[in-house]
Amino acid sequence: MGKLILHDIHKSYGKEKVLHGINIETGENQFLVLIGPSGCGKTTLLNIIAGLEQQSQGEILLNDRPLTHLSPKDRDIAMVFQSYALYPSMTVRNNILFGLENRGVPRAERQQILAEVTRMLQIESVLDRRPRQLSGGQQQRVAIGRAIARRPSLFLFDEPLSNLDAKLRVEMRSEIRRLHKQLQTSMVYVTHDQIEAMTMGDLIAVMNGGIIQQLGSPEEIYNNPANRFVAGFMGSPSMNFVPVTVRSGADGLALQVHGKEGGEVILPIPRRIQAALRPQEGRAITLGIRPEQISDPDSAREGEALHTLDLPVDLIEPTGPDTLVFTHLLGHPLVARVHPSTQLSVNGNCSLSLHLERAVFFDADTGKRLA
Amino acid sequence: MVQQHKKSFQRRDQIIAGLMLSPTILAAIFFIYAFILWTIWLSLTRSTILPSNHFIGLANYRDLFGSSRWWRSLSNLGVFGGLYVLISMTIGLVLAILIDQKVRGERLWQMVFLYPMAISAVVTGVAWRWLLDPSYGLQAIIRSLGFSHFHFAWIDDPDLAIYTVVIAAVWQTSGFMMAIFLAGLRGVSADVIKAARIDGAGTVRLYTRVILPSISSTFFVAFILSAGLAIKAFGLIIALTGGGPGYSTNVPTIFMYVFSFERGEMGVGAASALIMLLVMMIVVLPFVLLDARRRA
Amino acid sequence: MKRLMIYLLLIIAALFFLLPLYVMLATSCKTMPEIYSQGILALPSHWNFDAWQHAWSAATIGAGSQGIHPFFFNSFELVIPAVIISTAIGAINGYILTHWRFRGANLVFYLLLLGTVFPFQIILLPMAWVQGKLHIAGTLIPGLVMVHVIYGLAFTTLFFRNYYVSIPHDLVRAAQVDGAGFFRIFWRIILPLSTPIIMVTAIWQFTMIWNNFLFGVVFTNSDQQPVTVAINDLVDTVTSVHMWNVDMAAALIAAAPTLLVYVLAGKYFVRGLTNGAIKG
Repeated sequence: MGKLILHDIHKSYGKEKVLHGINIETGENQFLVLIGPSGCGKTTLLNIIAGLEQQSQGEILLNDRPLTHLSPKDRDIAMVFQSYALYPSMTVRNNILFGLENRGVPRAERQQILAEVTRMLQIESVLDRRPRQLSGGQQQRVAIGRAIARRPSLFLFDEPLSNLDAKLRVEMRSEIRRLHKQLQTSMVYVTHDQIEAMTMGDLIAVMNGGIIQQLGSPEEIYNNPANRFVAGFMGSPSMNFVPVTVRSGADGLALQVHGKEGGEVILPIPRRIQAALRPQEGRAITLGIRPEQISDPDSAREGEALHTLDLPVDLIEPTGPDTLVFTHLLGHPLVARVHPSTQLSVNGNCSLSLHLERAVFFDADTGKRLA
Repeated sequence: MVQQHKKSFQRRDQIIAGLMLSPTILAAIFFIYAFILWTIWLSLTRSTILPSNHFIGLANYRDLFGSSRWWRSLSNLGVFGGLYVLISMTIGLVLAILIDQKVRGERLWQMVFLYPMAISAVVTGVAWRWLLDPSYGLQAIIRSLGFSHFHFAWIDDPDLAIYTVVIAAVWQTSGFMMAIFLAGLRGVSADVIKAARIDGAGTVRLYTRVILPSISSTFFVAFILSAGLAIKAFGLIIALTGGGPGYSTNVPTIFMYVFSFERGEMGVGAASALIMLLVMMIVVLPFVLLDARRRA
Repeated sequence: MKRLMIYLLLIIAALFFLLPLYVMLATSCKTMPEIYSQGILALPSHWNFDAWQHAWSAATIGAGSQGIHPFFFNSFELVIPAVIISTAIGAINGYILTHWRFRGANLVFYLLLLGTVFPFQIILLPMAWVQGKLHIAGTLIPGLVMVHVIYGLAFTTLFFRNYYVSIPHDLVRAAQVDGAGFFRIFWRIILPLSTPIIMVTAIWQFTMIWNNFLFGVVFTNSDQQPVTVAINDLVDTVTSVHMWNVDMAAALIAAAPTLLVYVLAGKYFVRGLTNGAIKG
């Protein structure tokens, strides 16, 4: 049990509109991630779900129960804040018990819940300390413990890991996933970190400008972005975008890349999407191709058609497991991801293969996905 | 499903908040702003011992500005206020800079310079009245040291008594100015100071070229505060000189008190209070405007 | 050399600031003949507390010869309720202005800010009239207490407001999600964090009200006067011989409570002065 439905949520502050009709429906006990650049409305949306702010229009249903007119405390939710918002004057114990007290949970039950939560998060040793005596990671665990103690039907997380260092962040990521499995409860998680979104979410809502750009599983979002914004936002380094023109050639349609200083290159269009691009013939569109889809020629899988080019190397960034090559195609910058053993030299040339089978295409003006 | 949720749960606590704050807002509106209007009205009526609604236009103001005592009060405020602001700010700034030189016992020095602020103006006045007493005070002390012709009897001299008020007021509040300036000095970024040191600035140049220009707003605050204290000074002068000899150390606060509550000329008293408010506004207004522009 | 100059200047300044206190103390512990013969700077040849006793219980103030002690207690009767009430209301107001913001909150802020600067002379006459109509004219309680509470609110509210803006609003949100309402959040979350600002505000109010002269002299009858007014009466009372030692003893008695607070909690007093001044 546990389903969240957001129906046509609008929010404006005076004349300024921040949310323009948000619609989301999650499956049973799903982990929903709201992601987007700052100012996209994701935190506002979370606050509206929490009842800390009031939507201008629209409905929220949690397990078929309308939340709209309920105060935060009656919504059966718990929230973890970016700053943790632990009550500084209370011990860890009282931080966890405060919400239970407010709800009039009987004493015996409170103690039982406290014991359960401390065990689950391994915070026994700090129960009598105050928040400022804890490390960032411990504060984070207590904040989560405080939320769990309430046994809510819905957890809300507002960028909870952004104040942690990189190592701790990775640990807490899997910890939260583990808790999600264990608790079998819906969670809504706001972040601007696309790795968090990809690794944690069952369902990702990519937001920008107060609109959901795409709602889908991590795989869908990554492999099948709905528009150029989503394609560019998810993935690091970002997807490469190259302006091209669709031309008809000997083997059907092909892509013509114009050099910034003259010259041109023709790239073939895979058969699979020939039909989809047919209406674009003669038009300028945008080719989107991820760095890992530009790689060493021998990285091809069985039966995959590659288009190999000799490209100049501008800069090399070894990341460890693989190496990023910054290059350009007739002046259009490209990032490629190659095997670390590949021989490279800056200002030299390098043979790179484009996996055009997996490339995507966007309208040059609207950014809408074409194929 | 287009719905407006104007009134709902969130409003409950917000309404409580509004209810809790409203007594203060109403009190401020009534006891400050309505009272100001009321005083303006009184100043236009023939109110004497009791308020009256008999409108007499600007007659009270004519009386006020026809009164040599009022003119003396205004000029005293100018002399006292000007000197007091200048001297207390200067002493305050110098003390703050001295303390800022990483001196030993910083807190103790501060305690010593600031304790007069904890004492009432009346006690300050009484103490200085004794110190300035020509028969036993500073004049007597210095004469007893052998300077038998030393003359320091300002407090009895109608032309000089106002300067004794300056002395006592400076004594009481220079420490306050020091605290304000010290807070300003401590707000200057340590990196900026380091950078200036590396650029070869000596202590004097460091202060005159880098630190003091960057705390210009502190000067402004100190000016406003000391000017406000000067305009409001009352108990100090009453206890020190009683406004005398004669009315040679009268200031608007004393004039207002005497006319309103001793001489039963409420209309004139109200008019003088209004002029005081105007003087205060002239001092404060540039600050408020500047602040509003900064926030905008 | 430079360090020496710095300390020399500081010592000169310290002497200037300490001189009146020393002279008051020395004078209060001498007899009048000793003052005449030894001057005011000399230490008392023997410490004599007759002047203190006289000031406390026998000096002539106004119509009676009861000494300063009734007025000293008057000031306490005034200060205690006035400080508690104005601080408590200021705390709630500051909490509302920072964590329950509403349309027009800025206007209220400016309304109160101006309430801290105007000269009180502008409200004396209407206030006297209102107190007369309420039949509390001339009284210490509730008359003078009311005046001090009303005109202290702008200060206390701004003190708390300036402190509470630095408390993260997420705490209030978290408490809301935890099921706490307006008062519970204040009691359990905000108030436990407020000890420093309560100290600052209470000490500020205590000092301001204890030392106030204007309201006392305008709004109280002779037997209800606070100690500042009584001191002035004492010094002004013309007798055949001016008892300077008694005057100084009385002045020191009047100054003692605020000086004591200053010595014990000077840190908070300084913070009140600079906070109130700079942020306001």
